[in-house]
Amino acid sequence: MAAVDMNMPILIVDDYKTMLRIIRNLLKQLGFTNVDEATDGAAALQKLRDGNFGLVISDWNMEPMSGLELLKEVRADGRLQKTPFIMVTAESKSENVVAAKEAGVNNYIVKPFNAATLKGKLNAVLGNF
Amino acid sequence: MQQRRDELDEQIAALARKPETVDPADIVDVVESVMASVSGDVSTVNHNLFREIEVLARFIQTAKAEIASLRPEEIKHEHLATATDELEVIVGQTEEATNSIFSAVETIETLCEEMDPALAEKVTNAVTEVYEACGFQDLTGQRIGKVVGALQHIEHRIEGLLQAFGAEFEGLPGGAPGTSPTPLGPPPGKVARPDEDLMNGPQKPGEAKTQDEIDALLGFD
Repeated sequence: MAAVDMNMPILIVDDYKTMLRIIRNLLKQLGFTNVDEATDGAAALQKLRDGNFGLVISDWNMEPMSGLELLKEVRADGRLQKTPFIMVTAESKSENVVAAKEAGVNNYIVKPFNAATLKGKLNAVLGNF
Repeated sequence: MQQRRDELDEQIAALARKPETVDPADIVDVVESVMASVSGDVSTVNHNLFREIEVLARFIQTAKAEIASLRPEEIKHEHLATATDELEVIVGQTEEATNSIFSAVETIETLCEEMDPALAEKVTNAVTEVYEACGFQDLTGQRIGKVVGALQHIEHRIEGLLQAFGAEFEGLPGGAPGTSPTPLGPPPGKVARPDEDLMNGPQKPGEAKTQDEIDALLGFD
């Protein structure tokens, strides 16, 4: 596997600004500094279409567009469809996990989570760094 | 006999002319008139049926009086509105406090660059734990959001009650001014979502799937 580009643009999506700040700070500790934010799926999709992001880390429960809807839009977009997508959410029911998997999620982190879990899932999706 | 029938026809026509809801007392009057007009002609079964209808009508009237005494208008406009506002303030204030904690801890993390590496590592680990713990604001915010949603649902149902019986509540103890009956739509501000059935939010402690269980479901690492 190729070395992980620690400067890759990462888009984090959550309607809680405190959660965005947590993920941004944890990513910074891991060495990822090129991080952008969106507070709902619709805004995230626009940023994804306008940019060149190497990873999306998204919450599920947001309005007007949820994380699951965002994931489906990304997978249906020819240019974005291969973008790695990690769901970080408090939705922990089996049907949620199955729906996300069917929609093409690359990994799934349940809240509350710790830095070690985030690193483990990033390693699983991007490769070791 | 004919005169009684004419009076009954007039009573029914008066009921039909009422633009909104019908007072059960009027129904009771009609039923009593019918029973009086056919006395001697109806069977015991019919008598029992009429009696049951009368009891039912009185039950509905009593229930409406009791609902009116709960002052639904007051519950909707004062108690529920206050509870919703207070909960939203809690979310806002915890967010503000969490951001203050972040600012302080981010400053500490920056100072790590000036520390002895061993000490810096210890401080960084502590800072990481603070970041992790600050996730409480998101989760409590989502839980409070569910409570606000439940209160809005109750408010919407009370609105429906007021629309259905408001005019009648006006004349009852604790009654409120009414509006015309209209069908209930979704609660105001509630948007229909394609994955609505999957929006469960945080589970209760002990009910949530663990990260290991989720990993097993996904079949990922």
